[in-house]
Amino acid sequence: MMAKARLRSRMAQIGPPIVVAAVLIGLWEAFVKARDIQPFLLPAPSLIWDQFWAFDDKIWEATKVSGTNALVGLVFGTAAGVLGALVASRFRLFRDMALPVAAALNTMPIIALAPMFNNMFSSTSPVPRRLVVTIVVFFPVFLNILKGLTQVDATHVELMRSYASSDSHVLRKLRLPNALPFLFTSLKIAASLAVIAAVVAEYFGGAQNGLGSRITSAVSNSANGRAWAYVVAACALGLTFYLISLVLERLAMPWQAKRRGAT
Amino acid sequence: MNTPEPATVRAVAVSKIFNPDKANQVDALIDVDLTVEPGELVSLIGPSGCGKSTLLRLIANLIEPTSGELAVNGKSARQARLDQDYGMAFQQAGLFEWRTVARNIELPLELRKWSKAERRARASEMLELVKLGEFANHHPWELSGGMQQRVAIARALSFRPRMLLMDEPFGALDEMTREHMQAELLRICSETGTTVVFVTHSIPEAVYLSNRVVVMSPRPGRIVRVVDVPLGRRDDDTRESAEFFKKITEVREALRGTEGGGDLGPAEVERLRHAGGDLR
Repeated sequence: MMAKARLRSRMAQIGPPIVVAAVLIGLWEAFVKARDIQPFLLPAPSLIWDQFWAFDDKIWEATKVSGTNALVGLVFGTAAGVLGALVASRFRLFRDMALPVAAALNTMPIIALAPMFNNMFSSTSPVPRRLVVTIVVFFPVFLNILKGLTQVDATHVELMRSYASSDSHVLRKLRLPNALPFLFTSLKIAASLAVIAAVVAEYFGGAQNGLGSRITSAVSNSANGRAWAYVVAACALGLTFYLISLVLERLAMPWQAKRRGAT
Repeated sequence: MNTPEPATVRAVAVSKIFNPDKANQVDALIDVDLTVEPGELVSLIGPSGCGKSTLLRLIANLIEPTSGELAVNGKSARQARLDQDYGMAFQQAGLFEWRTVARNIELPLELRKWSKAERRARASEMLELVKLGEFANHHPWELSGGMQQRVAIARALSFRPRMLLMDEPFGALDEMTREHMQAELLRICSETGTTVVFVTHSIPEAVYLSNRVVVMSPRPGRIVRVVDVPLGRRDDDTRESAEFFKKITEVREALRGTEGGGDLGPAEVERLRHAGGDLR
């Protein structure tokens, strides 16, 4: 009974969005066919589908390249964000100085730095893209973790003080577990951002092997269907990153999932 | 019983002034004298701003007094905190939501570097004490407010401190749960021989629980009266006894203070004299 009920609620959850997506794609197809829209303006979903499978080897290669860039940047950016937040939570002066700057930088289009980074490294180097991703990922992670480390329940702080606990105890037993939900909130944001940054950074030149470069070169060859097939791959890549961070969240904080299920 | 035990709490002329010499100076506590003997249950009661929570936090050494002497278990309040002579419970249960009930109770034991087996054993012992044995592996949000407070009390007592400091621990509970928790607290304290300092704004709660009720008044925070409550062993009948109501009336009149009428405590009379004509 329980399993059946759970399956039904899961279907109720994922059913509607699938229907909406199918209807939208159907309308798109019908619109293109009915109005005889040229493929260089808007290719039909069926054309994109054909192109996707015609070039699936190349798409897979490009996805691996961009995915690796996004992953490397995500890992380094997250690590830097966590370390930075630990330092900032420990030293008030540093926090007061760094926080407004970080908040301001977080609102800026860091991707605009890509052409400059491209000039700093050799033309085939993946480093400039990974650097852009790292910086893009850093800020949301840094800001969220810092919030999680510092916005601690006042009762918990008094409790730890009543236990005469050391700073390292307070960090390990209270601040870090308190920051865990904030880490995964930021990771879910950063995972999508990382893929966007990795793909868009390729629009500004450099090595021609990732999804972004393939999209621009397909468009400049008027191969619009192919360009869209690469876009679909980029979307799938972003979704994959997001879902993986969702799974990690479930694994790291089973009590949260349990709680959501209970209420 | 040959060597007399030091008083559990001994405060002499303790004052706490927040933001001294600034525009927002607050005289939270002025000239407080208080002695709590081992095994006593003493309540601090008064309107908000009377400094009852401040006094509790001074005893807990969560804040330092501005002046005066404060000894806990015959040593400085700071040393008593470092030695973890007391356990503490707050109005919010303050459980860690990422820990199970049992592991919440184990927290202070972890900090004291107890082995896992010892922690397990003590946690289940404490859970039996607060009658939550079957909830060891639940998470806090799966428990009612009263159950969460019982876990908080079990956590506070897990390392067997001689004193329990409680800051309106039942304040957020409904009346029925509250009365049940009061009875539970008395049972636990008589089983463990724990001394309790208990902050509350409920008169019946203070009278029901305490050997003595310390009545405090605000602006500046001070003790106006100490009401002895020699009601003997408490049970459900206590709440309906004539003496119980007499004591409630006595505390209520002490709280009214400035409204005159009843018999004012000497400290209150003194305060009124200092206040001049300002009777608010």
